[in-house]
Amino acid sequence: MYDIRFILIQNRAGKTRLAKWYMNFDDDEKQKLIEEVHAVVTVRDAKHTNFVEKFICIAGISRLQKLQFRNFKIVYRRYAGLYFCICVDIADNNLIYLEAIHNFVEVLNEYFHNVCELDLVFNFYKVYSVVDEMFLAGEIRETSQTKVLKQLLMLNSLE
Amino acid sequence: MALRKVKGNLERMFDKNLTDLVRGIRNNKDNEGKYIAQCMDEIKAELRQENFAVKANAVAKLTYLQMLGYDISWAGFNIVEVMSSSKFTYKRIGYLAASQCFHQDTEVVMLTTNMIRKDLNGQNMYDAGTALTGLACFISADLARDLANDVMTLLSSTKPYLRKKAVLLLYKVFLKFPEALRPAFPRLKEKLEDPDPGVQSAAVNVICELARKNPKNYLSLAPVFFKLMTSSTNNWMLIKIIKLFGALTPLEPRLGKKLIEPLTNLIHSTSAMSLLYECINTVIAVLISISSGMPNHNASIQLCVQKLRILIEDSDQNLKYLGLLAMGRILGPHPKAVQPHKDLVLACLDDKDESIRIRALDLLYGMVSKKTVMEIVRRLMTHMDRAEGTFYRDELLQKIIQICSQNNYQYITNFEWYISVLVELCRMESSQHGALIAAQLMDVAIRVGAVREFTVGQMALLLENAHLLLGPAAANSSIAEVLFAAAWICGEFAHLLPNARNTLEAIVRGRLWSVAGHIQAVIVHNLVKLFIRIVVTAEEEDDADMINEVTALLEERLATWSSSADLEVQERAVFALQLVCLVRDKRAAGLKLGPELALLTAGELNPVAPKAQKKVPVPDGLDLDAWMNAPPSESEGSGDEDLLSGGDLFFRSEEPPSPSVGRKNRKAQHISEEDIMQRRAARLQEQANNPYYMKTTSNRSSTRSSPKTSLANLNVDEIPMQAIELDVPLTIPGMTSLSKYEMVDGDGDNKKLRHKKSKKRSKRKNLALSSSEEEEAPAPLVINTDAEMPEGAIVSDDDDRDNRPLDDPHRALDIDLDSPLSPTEVLPVLHHREAPAAPKLKRSSKPASSTVDAAKSKTKKDKSRKSKKKEKNGDLLGSEQKEMALDIGASVTDSKPKPYANGVDGKKTHDDIEFWLSTSDPVEQPPEAEPENAPAAADATQKSKATKKSSKEPKKEKKSKETSKKVSKKSSRKSELNLPLVDGAPSSDLRTPEGVDRRDYEVANGHHASNATPDRHKLLAEDSAVAVSWRARPAADGLKQIRLSLSFSVSSQLSDSMTDIRLVRLHLPDTSSLALTRVNATSSDIDLERALLSPGAPVKKALTVEVQDATVPHKLRGALYYSLNGGSERVLPLKFEVSVLCCLSGAGASREAFSELVSSGALTARSAFTTSCPDISFEQLLRVLCGDGSFGVVERVQNTASLYAASLSGHHVCLLTKLKDSGGVCVDGKASDGTLLANALDVLRAALTAAP
Repeated sequence: MYDIRFILIQNRAGKTRLAKWYMNFDDDEKQKLIEEVHAVVTVRDAKHTNFVEKFICIAGISRLQKLQFRNFKIVYRRYAGLYFCICVDIADNNLIYLEAIHNFVEVLNEYFHNVCELDLVFNFYKVYSVVDEMFLAGEIRETSQTKVLKQLLMLNSLE
Repeated sequence: MALRKVKGNLERMFDKNLTDLVRGIRNNKDNEGKYIAQCMDEIKAELRQENFAVKANAVAKLTYLQMLGYDISWAGFNIVEVMSSSKFTYKRIGYLAASQCFHQDTEVVMLTTNMIRKDLNGQNMYDAGTALTGLACFISADLARDLANDVMTLLSSTKPYLRKKAVLLLYKVFLKFPEALRPAFPRLKEKLEDPDPGVQSAAVNVICELARKNPKNYLSLAPVFFKLMTSSTNNWMLIKIIKLFGALTPLEPRLGKKLIEPLTNLIHSTSAMSLLYECINTVIAVLISISSGMPNHNASIQLCVQKLRILIEDSDQNLKYLGLLAMGRILGPHPKAVQPHKDLVLACLDDKDESIRIRALDLLYGMVSKKTVMEIVRRLMTHMDRAEGTFYRDELLQKIIQICSQNNYQYITNFEWYISVLVELCRMESSQHGALIAAQLMDVAIRVGAVREFTVGQMALLLENAHLLLGPAAANSSIAEVLFAAAWICGEFAHLLPNARNTLEAIVRGRLWSVAGHIQAVIVHNLVKLFIRIVVTAEEEDDADMINEVTALLEERLATWSSSADLEVQERAVFALQLVCLVRDKRAAGLKLGPELALLTAGELNPVAPKAQKKVPVPDGLDLDAWMNAPPSESEGSGDEDLLSGGDLFFRSEEPPSPSVGRKNRKAQHISEEDIMQRRAARLQEQANNPYYMKTTSNRSSTRSSPKTSLANLNVDEIPMQAIELDVPLTIPGMTSLSKYEMVDGDGDNKKLRHKKSKKRSKRKNLALSSSEEEEAPAPLVINTDAEMPEGAIVSDDDDRDNRPLDDPHRALDIDLDSPLSPTEVLPVLHHREAPAAPKLKRSSKPASSTVDAAKSKTKKDKSRKSKKKEKNGDLLGSEQKEMALDIGASVTDSKPKPYANGVDGKKTHDDIEFWLSTSDPVEQPPEAEPENAPAAADATQKSKATKKSSKEPKKEKKSKETSKKVSKKSSRKSELNLPLVDGAPSSDLRTPEGVDRRDYEVANGHHASNATPDRHKLLAEDSAVAVSWRARPAADGLKQIRLSLSFSVSSQLSDSMTDIRLVRLHLPDTSSLALTRVNATSSDIDLERALLSPGAPVKKALTVEVQDATVPHKLRGALYYSLNGGSERVLPLKFEVSVLCCLSGAGASREAFSELVSSGALTARSAFTTSCPDISFEQLLRVLCGDGSFGVVERVQNTASLYAASLSGHHVCLLTKLKDSGGVCVDGKASDGTLLANALDVLRAALTAAP
């Protein structure tokens, strides 16, 4: 239905650092999904691919099945202790989302000047605004780092 | 009161802000729940306060807690409150909270409509932006309907930032409010040509998403996307477009043909892996959609496979994985292309990542052939031994069976080997695929007659060694299922058993009552068959002892089963026992039952087609829906219930059945034996009459007589248990082993012969070590593939319907977008706002060069920045990341997409997809675009180099852009000013030059006359005496004719000027496509009347030739016959090469007509070439191009000129040529016919290359 179903940033312990949902899940489903993503992603290491395709969601399975959302996959990337995960359609191009994640992290890095996990924790609303600048309605919205950063600085100045 | 206020203010000072909250949670790791509950209370208190700052702070904290999984839905109203704040900071907090916790069904969303509208229309662009972002998350059907118009208004905002967001939001609006799609679509389509690349890319995103779900409605947009694809350098966007094409090609194979070339170019040129991957995927989709052969198919497939191989060989696991995945897609339609890479795929089986191994397995499935199947399976088996983890091992097992059984065992040449594989697979520990193996064993045994004896032998061995299968690991595996197959095969084909009695004994002595009920039932049933077999053979051999022994054994052992807890087992055991007793009694009375017993198991067994049951025709007069009996009335309900609850026909018990054996035994006595037999007889009779019941025996009921023994005298406890020896041999003697096949595998020449064994040999039970035995011709393997079907029914696939769920929102978006909008189709407008929905189709294409420049300089800045940053690399980024092997150039995304070279855009063309597709031309892609499509390379240094290059190139382009802009501007102005011209006479005249007075055009044409040389003959042939030169021009009368003017002159090589040369005749036969207009229609000779040829006085002859097809070059062969000094005739062969230029005339060129033509959209074919001609002046260049008057110069600006030509066949060719400073010549052509254009450009290129 949408390109991106959700974007998650988690640390190794499974703490959510960002969760952006582009599809309607209820709170329970969200928590289940977060747990499951954590479970499948953290067991993987460098020898594994960055994709999880056989991602079976236990959360609200009947509803998800009904809406045909079983056919999605997770593209993730690990940066230091953080996992950046994007959940997309099974037919989508994996590499472009890997690329999008990296692009996103590069923007974060620039925005926070050498970003670290604590930056994300204490400025979580800023991270959301970065996400909103780069993704909208489940689509990749802006890919130019300069443009995103420019808008973000503008937004900051309005505060 | 006052005190309270002061107190409140004081408290506020100690309010936690967000940072405090985060810190607090971190500091209270042990009792987080308690801490948060406390915070929640505080937040609730804060929300009750009037102060907006406090409220906003509280909402921000709530958002954080929401992210951690706490429920904040109760604060919905407070969030709306904060959203409505006039201060941007608070508003943003509100919208963030809303976007995180609202969804379409949240009730408070209804309250937000007017507020959001105010924000959308507000002066502050960030208010609107925030509102759009928020709306994207919680838009409901109502909001979509009410706000669609406001979003549409933002599409024409002056700020690209808002346009972009609005475009993306439209997608959500369409999903929730499908009625908006048609009125909004024209505007959305316009955004594909938005000057801002970001907006353009957003529009592409939205349309691609829409189109991927309902591709057929968007087919008409293919030309627009095609144009974008060939001109854009934004990889993100390219991927989207290419993906879209992947969805469109199945609907329109012609589109695929058009795509192959540009996609292949991209594959060659791009260095971005993601783009490469997408291209390959779409090429595969194209290749699947084009069924009939295209000559360069193989090249494309090879290219894809080659590139995929590179991916698979890459050390990056992701690329490896995707490479395998895509390879799997090629495998289906083109297995031959993939098969050579078997080694690579096998190597991937050793990969550390399970998902890669599984992908490799998928590939192997399609890679087997008759020759390779044994080797592949052998390798898989060794992998299985090594595999850790049962999941992967099971996957392997399943794959092996899939590989072997595909297409009715297409690749199996040696079924004994296959049976051995299956037997081997039975030994795998804790497999979950016992049923699968069992099904395979039975299938092969039933359908492959030749291998049946071997199978039976193996199964007998398996039964004898059942205890090996039923080891301690059997509990959590389904391997016991194999016994089901083994028992059934041995029973059914008992006549093939080497020693039926041994098998029978093995079965009854095995510890088989531990297996599942349905398996036991089959075992018991097949004991009967074995028993019958033994009795029949023993009677023939008069071996009474044998019968007595077996009968005694069975009587003893069946008793155990007849008290089984499983109903089915019990039933069958009782039946078997009765039969055995019957035989015993009858024999005791001196009767021989052999023939009657044999009848029980007579008859051949045929496989039944899977759909047979469904295909049984309903007999006439049978209404399946009608009640058989009158429907029970309400009052009868209780009685009915009684019947249903007591539905168990055999045991009417008050207590629920329990697995206790003794109790079952006791209960069995309640029913009279007669009753049982009667019912059984009835049922068997019914089964006998039912053609779809698996009949292993016939006339069973007929041989039945009433049993005499009673079940009562059985006592479980009295059954003697025999100790079973538990020494487990490592290999079972006689059990087949794969090792022998492996041995044979290794030994070359005669391996094929050895694999196949004749029936005779397989009669022997022990086949091990048989490799040195005599080699016989391979027995033909017959696989019984016909399955029983009801008469008249045909095996066919059932209907395949659209299986999208009914509530998929994309179903509603299946809307025809090509039909014109009716005036009623507008977006709902509230208040007095004007509806912007009316599609005015006016183009906003003014790519101001200043914008271009700005974009360019920006790109440069970007890149330098980027490379700097790369060096720096923050701690998060730098620490452990893999090198980015896949660089979608973030670097290229800023650069302005290259506008279409001619700046010309025929709207009509795009609407007419048919026309666009019909002029499919392989040389459509301008080769120029290639180097620019290649994004910057991976590392920073290369990147900066590439940056320089790519920023230089557009500059060069600019000139041509400007020129073309002029043309297009003129054209658009013209078409606006003088609309009738577009539709009226002149343009249609241009299309059909026949009967047009060319002078009308020539008046307006200033350049033409000066450039065209009036009469230039080219030398055609020369020998020592005569020279022939020629020229070909379109005939003036506008028919499909060209005029060949020949000039015969005395050759310069002629030494004796006094020679008397007489021209006799010209032999010029017609060809299939060229026909001369002749005086004498019967002869192919043209009489030259022995004309005297003297130096300085050439003889001229004009011929009219009718050309069938003016778009391709033609050849005409002939000969000139002449005589020297009255002697014998001499021959000079002539070969005319009539190029397409001969059929072109540049006489019709006028500026107005040209611009009209270019803007009309009739010129659908496009092609271009560049070549280098150092030291050529522009005048010389034009002279070469205009050549013989085939092209006329329409307009010339400095070193750029536009040329025009009309063809005999009524086609138009327009060229834009420019001479670059470097000496490069670029010719860009558009024409109404692709072949013509391609041929014309070929000739021109050759002429330019040959030019001095």
